[in-house]
Amino acid sequence: MTDSPFLQMRGISKSFDGTQALRKVDFSASRGEVHAIVGENGAGKTTLMKILAGALRPDTGQILLAGKPVELNSPHDAFGVGIRTVYQEFSLIPHLTITENILLGQMPVRKLKWWVDWTEAHRRAEEILREIGFTGIDVRVPVSRLSVSRQQMVEIAKAVAERPSILILDEPSAVLSQEELKLLFTLIGKLKQEGALIIYISHRLDEVFEVADRITVLRDGEVMGTVVARETDEAQLIRMMVGRTLEEFYPTRRASPRHEILAVRHLSREGEFEDVSFSLASGEILGLFGLVGSGRTQLARTLFGADPLTSGEIYLDGAPFHPRSPRDAVAAGIALVTEDRKRDGLVMTCSILDNTSLPTMPRMSHGIFLDRQKQHSLVQSKVEELNIRPPVVDRLVRTLSGGNQQKVVLAKWLLSEARVLILDEPTRGVDVATKVEIYRIIGDLADRGVGILLISSELPEILGMCDRALVMREGRLVGEFARSEASEEGLLASAAGVMPAILQTGGYTSANR
Amino acid sequence: MPTGKPVQPLQNAGSVPVLVRKWLAGWAHRRWVDYAFVVGLVILAIVVASATDVFFTQRNISNLFRQIVTNGLVSLGMLVVILTGGIDLSVGPIVALTGILAAGLTDRIGLAPALLVALLVGLVAGALNGFLIARFKLPPFIVTLATLSAFRGLIYVYSETPQTPQNPAFRSLLGGGFVGPIPVAVIVMLICYPLVWMFLNRTTVGRAIVALGGNEEAVRLAGINVRRHILLAYVISGFFSAIAGILLASRLGIAQPNVGSGYELDAIAAVVIGGGVLGGGGGGAVGTFGGVLVLGVIDNLLNLFNVQSYYQQILKGLIIVFAVLARRREQ
Repeated sequence: MTDSPFLQMRGISKSFDGTQALRKVDFSASRGEVHAIVGENGAGKTTLMKILAGALRPDTGQILLAGKPVELNSPHDAFGVGIRTVYQEFSLIPHLTITENILLGQMPVRKLKWWVDWTEAHRRAEEILREIGFTGIDVRVPVSRLSVSRQQMVEIAKAVAERPSILILDEPSAVLSQEELKLLFTLIGKLKQEGALIIYISHRLDEVFEVADRITVLRDGEVMGTVVARETDEAQLIRMMVGRTLEEFYPTRRASPRHEILAVRHLSREGEFEDVSFSLASGEILGLFGLVGSGRTQLARTLFGADPLTSGEIYLDGAPFHPRSPRDAVAAGIALVTEDRKRDGLVMTCSILDNTSLPTMPRMSHGIFLDRQKQHSLVQSKVEELNIRPPVVDRLVRTLSGGNQQKVVLAKWLLSEARVLILDEPTRGVDVATKVEIYRIIGDLADRGVGILLISSELPEILGMCDRALVMREGRLVGEFARSEASEEGLLASAAGVMPAILQTGGYTSANR
Repeated sequence: MPTGKPVQPLQNAGSVPVLVRKWLAGWAHRRWVDYAFVVGLVILAIVVASATDVFFTQRNISNLFRQIVTNGLVSLGMLVVILTGGIDLSVGPIVALTGILAAGLTDRIGLAPALLVALLVGLVAGALNGFLIARFKLPPFIVTLATLSAFRGLIYVYSETPQTPQNPAFRSLLGGGFVGPIPVAVIVMLICYPLVWMFLNRTTVGRAIVALGGNEEAVRLAGINVRRHILLAYVISGFFSAIAGILLASRLGIAQPNVGSGYELDAIAAVVIGGGVLGGGGGGAVGTFGGVLVLGVIDNLLNLFNVQSYYQQILKGLIIVFAVLARRREQ
C-alpha cells in the first residue's frame, strides 16, 4: 500500500427525503488492494458505492482519484475514469446473447459500419470469459437461459472486460456457488496483481476475510473504522457492525422432532434429479445442502407441485399426495419460499398487504368479497411479529429493503399456517441482523411443530440450524448427516464428490479459521 | 411511481377521525400524484371551455357524456386486461359484432333475447381470446391481433349491410333513452365504473388480477389459478365491449358493420393516461375514468371550435406522450 491513496472520498454526505444515508464519510483505498465494505442493510454501503459509480450525487464531499478531484455526475463519467460496478440487481438484457451482453455498446463491426461481425464478437466474448476462468459456456445463448449464478458471472465478465482501475462488487457472492466464488476470488487476485483496486461489499464475513486486505465498517451512514483483515476477527467485526455482540446467532431449540409428516420415495424428475428418498418429521429442521445446479431447487419446486414429477411417490401424513399445481400444495399445507424473491416470490408493484395475503385470500373473505378488516389485522399481526420495517401494510414491497422483502415472503407463508415449510436460500442477500431474526422465526416454527426443509448453500447456516442434513450432488442424494456428525468439511466433500483432503489443498478455506 | 391503485382507508382503525386522517394520508401519498396529470388536464379543459358559452350547456354536456360511453366501457375491459399484463386489440370488432347482432336480431326474436345473444357473443369472444392466451400461453398481442381480424370478418358473414331495427324500443329504451336529463347509456357507464373499482379492490379475484400483472409466477406459486384469472380478464373485456356495442347501435338507431376501428387504441390511451402501465403493474378504475374524460373533453372542445379531426388526432398523441412523461418525472 502506498502512502497517498489512489482513491479518496472526503466528507461524503447524502440524504434522501430527510433520512441521512451517509454522514461525512471519509474513505480511502489504494491500487492493488481488495477493500471490503461491510455493514448491515441500510448502513449506507450501497449508497456510498453508487456515489463512487456516478449513479448518485453526494450532497457534500469530494472524490479524489490519484490526488486529483473528479466530478462523477453520471455512470458515464465513472466509466471514463475506469470505475466499473457490478450491482446486486442485474443489468443484463435477458433475451440477448451472452456475447451481446458482454460487448454491449462495443460490438465489433465489419467495414460497413452497421454490419455486426458475429464471429469476432463471439470469439471476443469467449476470450473474456476464459480469462476469468469461466469456460464451457455457449456465448450464443440468451442470458435468460442461464441460472442466476451464471448470469452473475456474465455480469462480472462484462465489468472486467475493459480492465477497470476500480472494480466495485456489490454482494457478488449472493447468488454464486462455491465453485464460482472460487473463480471470482482467483479473478480478484489477478486484477489485484495488475494493480486494480477492488471494492468488495458483502454480508458474508467469512468471505470478506478470505478475500479482503482491509475492511471498512459502516453503521448508520457513518464509518466505524477501517481494519486490516489479518488483524481482526468475525466477533470484532460484528460488534462494529451492529454495535452489540450477537449473543446467539442461531436459536436454541425447545422441542425435538416428532412424528413423520412428509415422506418422499424414489422421486425423480427427468433431467433434474433422480431417485430421491427422505422423510421429514414435524418439528424438524432438515437441511438440504448442495452446490448450485445440484437439483435442490428443482426438488423443492416438484414437492410444491410447481413442476411435474417423472416418477416416485410423496406421502403427507402417511397418505399419498400428488400435487399437480402449487394450488394443491398450498391446500395441503405446504409452503415454498423461493430462492429468488424478485423473480417468483413477490409482486413488486403491490403492497405488503396484497403480497402477504395472496395465498390466504379465500380465508379472509366472504364469498368473493375480501373482509378487509380481517385481512388488515391478520397481515398487521405478522408484520409486527416479524418486525417488518416500516410496519405500514400499504407500502409497496418495491420500496422495502432486501431483508424486509424477505420477511414479507415469510409473513405470507406464516399466515398460511403451513405444516411443511420449504425454504430455498431464505437468508440470501439479507443483512446479519435480519438473518438472526429469520433464524429465530424458523426455530419458532419448528418448535410449534412445522416440518422445515431448509435448502442452503451456506454451510454455517446448515450446521447451525438443522437437526439433520442431506447432501445433494448432480441430482442425487449423496449423504445424510445427523447434527452430531456434521462438519463443514464432511458436507462440502460430499457435495463436491471429493475427499476432504483433496478439497483442502484445492484452495478452499472455510469460515472456521 | 403511479400504480393507479387507489389507496383504501384502513378499516381496522377504530374511530372516524382516525379513519378520515388515514384516508387523507393515503391521498396525499399516492393518489394525488397519480391523478394530478388527469386533474390538471380536466381543469385546463374547463378553463378553455369557459371561453365558449356553448360548452357548459346541458345539451353539450349531455352530448359529451353520450359520446364517451363507448370508449368508457371499452376502456374498463381494457383496464382489467392490461392489469394482468395483457392487451386486447380485438375490442373494436366485438363492439361492431355485438351491435349489429343486437340490431339485426331485435326484429326477429325480440329485443330482450337479441340483447342477450349480443352479450353472450361478447362473452364468448372474450373467452376465446382468454382461452388461447391462458391455455396455450400465447402472447396476448398476437392472439387478439388474430381475433381482431377474424371477428371483423365474422361481422360481414352475418351482415354486409347496416341493420336498422323497426322496433322503436331498441332506440328509445337504451341509447336514446333518458332518465330525467341523463341519458340511459351514461347511467349504465357510471354504474360500471364503481363496480369495476369494487371488483379490483375489494374482491379476492380482483386482487389476484392486479397482482398477476406485477409477477405472474409469484401469484402461481401462491397457489392461485393463474389461467382462470387471465381467462376471466378477457371475458370481462368482451363483456364490456358488448355493452358498448349494444349502446352504440341503440344510440345511433343503426348498426354499421364497419364501426369500431381504432377503438382499441382509444381504450389503451385512456388506461395509460389514467396511470395504467402496459405489461401490468399499474392502473385503476378512477384513473381510467379520468383518461376517458380527458380524451372526451378534448374531442368535444375541438368539435365546438370546428377544428379538423386530424388535429384532434395529433393532440391525442401529444397528450399520451405527455401523460407518460409527466409520470416519469414523478419517480
